[in-house]
Amino acid sequence: MFLGVTLLIALIILPFGLGSYGLSLMISVLIFGLFAMSLDILIGYTGLVSFNHATFFGVGAYVVAILFYRGWDNFWLALPAAVAASVLLATVLGLVVLRSSGPYFLMITLAFGQMIFALAWKWRTFTGGDDGLPGIPRPDLGFPVSMWNEQNFYYLVLVFICLSFLLLRQLFRLPLGRAIIGVKESESRMQALGYNTWLLKYLAYVIAAGFAGLAGVLYVYYNGFISPQELNWTMSGMAILMVVIGGTGTLVGPVLGAGIILILQNLLSAYTERWPLVIGMLFVICVIHVKDGIAGYVMKLWEKGWKGYESPGSEKPN
Amino acid sequence: MKALEVRSLTKYYGEFQVLKNVSFSVEPGERRAIIGPNGAGKTTLFNIISGTLKPTLGKIFFFHRDVTYMSAYRRSRLGIGRTFQITNLFFNLSLMDNINLALQISNSSLNLEEFLRSWGFWEKRRTRVGNLSYGEQRQVELLLALAQSPKLILLDEPTAGMSPVETEAITRIITELPRDITILIIEHDMEVVFTLADSITVLHYGQILCEGTKEQVKSDPRVKEVYLGTAGEEV
Ligand SMILES: Nc1ncnc2c1ncn2[C@@H]1O[C@H](COP(=O)(O)OP(=O)(O)O)[C@@H](O)[C@H]1O
Ligand SMILES: [Mg+2]
Repeated sequence: MFLGVTLLIALIILPFGLGSYGLSLMISVLIFGLFAMSLDILIGYTGLVSFNHATFFGVGAYVVAILFYRGWDNFWLALPAAVAASVLLATVLGLVVLRSSGPYFLMITLAFGQMIFALAWKWRTFTGGDDGLPGIPRPDLGFPVSMWNEQNFYYLVLVFICLSFLLLRQLFRLPLGRAIIGVKESESRMQALGYNTWLLKYLAYVIAAGFAGLAGVLYVYYNGFISPQELNWTMSGMAILMVVIGGTGTLVGPVLGAGIILILQNLLSAYTERWPLVIGMLFVICVIHVKDGIAGYVMKLWEKGWKGYESPGSEKPN
Repeated sequence: MKALEVRSLTKYYGEFQVLKNVSFSVEPGERRAIIGPNGAGKTTLFNIISGTLKPTLGKIFFFHRDVTYMSAYRRSRLGIGRTFQITNLFFNLSLMDNINLALQISNSSLNLEEFLRSWGFWEKRRTRVGNLSYGEQRQVELLLALAQSPKLILLDEPTAGMSPVETEAITRIITELPRDITILIIEHDMEVVFTLADSITVLHYGQILCEGTKEQVKSDPRVKEVYLGTAGEEV
């Protein structure tokens, strides 16, 4: 709790201490942080390693851009429409991909992700093909605060990521969310207790897609441009790295993971083209040595350092 | 009225026939032990009754209702509870969260605190289940199934790996369960079987070798030959 408030205050005062370069990097971190947080619903809470999460991020972004190109530029209409499109696609895709589990689930999600990537590439009239859709302006929220100002846009993104976090944290305290966690822990036991585990996984898949769509919306408004590249498996893979490095099953961890990866990428790419190698090594270290990711590691230090040695807590760290 | 009826059950794993034309039935309130050497097909039989596996041939009736093609979770809602031979709990969740997952879906009126107190587990409610001792975990295995207030409960080797003291404790718990729960128990410890069960079914290489009251099964020459020949030791 205290840790969370500290983090929030830090994020609120951060823009005052950053130059324009740092600020724009932080906006990316928050947007990708939200994207990774939404994937954590699947990886960390449901036990599904999905490899097409970028599909829903990309669809959210494309819907905003396509609507804009057709003259619909109202933010308060485009946002729910984009999220709804991601959710709708997930309700259809989920029916197919959730027939398999384990490594097969990973493969089939990858396959469908690449199919939709190819579709965005080929369907020029709608998506602009490989040229993408450039020139998406910052949103007009309808009140006199300009989103062209980086600082204001930063706070807009911050509000959305905080709201998403609070919603999701609440979800995993409700019976539905507890049941989703139960599926990750033991699907066979959940069935023996009378849960329709297929339905629980399906709901998680759809919810995760909705939040990924929201991240995509913020992304396209920020970036001003969307291309098929954002739907590619590399995007899904990067989100997985962010979740694992940051810490699965924590919601906040993946945001830290996004920060670490994007900042490293920015720092390193100035010196070497081989920056993915460094991130890959970091991933391996996290998988082998810090099983709970950076967030889990920080929580452990925190409990040792400040709280002393209390009896091991039973609740999951949120 | 039968609580459970298994009719001509046959199961193949590929070419390998695990169950061969198995038929038996259990009365409401009855306590039936299923015994037989390792690999006899006992766990497979439980998986088919609970719905985790589909039979190759044959039918399952639960209180005269054909449940053969019903999914596992629906059977559970009808009142078929089970435990697992290999401890199968929500290890990263607290004991309280484990039991709550059972309570929140069942339509039983059990209260968490009363339930955990009555089993002497209230003080440990906040403990992560993975941190409980093995003996305690085997008890929680049973508690989870009981928390859903089943009509029929399938117990797959509840005493497996337990010390003699723990075995005695869990045997007492099962013995003292209310009689409106029908019990099917797989058990290797013959002392436990003779304490708990009203009747016994002996499964041998996927076939029912013999079936009857404790006394009948004890004195059956075929059982003596292939099973009790090793005189009540674990087989
Ligand atoms: N999923 C499976 N695939 C193939 N063979 C299996 C499978 N599960 C169990 N068996 C085999 O079926 C036989 C019966 O297993 P099981 O029902 O677990 O026996 P029991 O519980 O009586 O020890 C064993 O020979 C086992 O190796
Ligand atoms: Mg077995």
